[in-house]
Amino acid sequence: MQRLLLFLIKYRAFLSFMLLEMVCLWLIVENNKYQSASYFNSSNKVSATLLSTSQGVRDFFNLNDVNATLAAENAQLKRQIEQYNQSLYSINVRQNRDEDILKKYDFISAKVIKNSTRKFENYITVDKGLKHGIEPGMAVVDHRGVVGKVKTASNNYSVIISILHGNMLVSSKIKRTGDLCTTQWDGRDYQRAQVLYLPRHINLNVGDTVVTSGYNAIFPEGVPVGIVESYEIQEDALFHDVQIKLLPDLNSLSYVYLIKNNLLIEQDSIENVTIE
Amino acid sequence: MTAKPIFQITSFFLYVLVQGLLLQNVVAFDVAFCFAYVAFLLCLPVDSNALLLLGMGFLTGLSVDIFYDSVGMHAAASVLIMFVRNYWLNTITPQGGYDIGVAPNIDLNGWQWFLGYILPLIFLHHTALFFIESASFSLFWFTLLKVFASTIFTVIVIVIIQFLFYRSKRY
Repeated sequence: MQRLLLFLIKYRAFLSFMLLEMVCLWLIVENNKYQSASYFNSSNKVSATLLSTSQGVRDFFNLNDVNATLAAENAQLKRQIEQYNQSLYSINVRQNRDEDILKKYDFISAKVIKNSTRKFENYITVDKGLKHGIEPGMAVVDHRGVVGKVKTASNNYSVIISILHGNMLVSSKIKRTGDLCTTQWDGRDYQRAQVLYLPRHINLNVGDTVVTSGYNAIFPEGVPVGIVESYEIQEDALFHDVQIKLLPDLNSLSYVYLIKNNLLIEQDSIENVTIE
Repeated sequence: MTAKPIFQITSFFLYVLVQGLLLQNVVAFDVAFCFAYVAFLLCLPVDSNALLLLGMGFLTGLSVDIFYDSVGMHAAASVLIMFVRNYWLNTITPQGGYDIGVAPNIDLNGWQWFLGYILPLIFLHHTALFFIESASFSLFWFTLLKVFASTIFTVIVIVIIQFLFYRSKRY
């Protein structure tokens, strides 16, 4: 017993070093689990308040840009309303009388208070949380396209897994042909991502738009993801290697929209029944 | 002497806040990051208790992690260099040894010695950090490029901080 104690005392530095590294490892693994609720991130009150203040200072210098973006977005929305007004009595609307389907998606706007684009795993913090109806798993878009997915939410803030995160897969399709594929970021360039699992028989064009497929109950169908920039196919490969340019400029996000799918539980539960 | 607890506590908060709010947004050429908070850990007094050093490394790393949304990564890298630190300090002991309670900063032995002290440790810290972050060796060369670029950037920033804030007493 005494020997054991002596041993422990002699190697106390090394042992506590190992212990602390284990704790770190556990934290890292725990944090990487999908939608783990953890306290040690930027949605906790102290750091979020600080970040929000610091973003406030930065916003002061960005006001012009933000105004211009909002104005542009306003114009686009007006155009859309006009288009819908024109086609108000088109067949689609008349057939879709179901209130639930028509009001399937809710949009909540939020201000970005922290953002990163140059790490391998990037997260975004926004100033809306549980109090405003944000839940983990909600889709996040900006006016140009897909931004990410909510990871955790505290009362007033939430952390979003950016599309620039190695573990973030977005179910997508080629808009022109309708072929299903998956978008993933490879960790290099914050403006470009890769499209996976696109079989070789498909005829791609540079400039094709990649949009969300709407198959996973998170993103609505048809939200733009990116534009095909280049593609090639290896001799013995099953799939195309496709590089797309992401549509949202993730480096200069200021406002994002969080999308709540009101039918999420219904869709997921019926799909689970099939799986079981 | 810079061993007073009040001074250390103040500089802890200063380093973590500057790192989390300011330096987090500084990225040169898309690959060079600046993790100047490491200087706080490296400049803790020479004769500090080994357990205290490890604890400080963990605490500082975790505080920075909160701002970076990367729980555990900075903590792991910081604990690693805090473990290696004392062995490295013993290896490069200047002639006559260290006085009691001195901090290994630029005032102690001039900038050449200081550079030789921080460079390997910062390189180790960044290597650990970036490879933990990438979680694989699939982007090995790209990650290595990030490590080298960030090491240079961090060292430059730390040396500038040292010249600005730690040398003033002599003149």
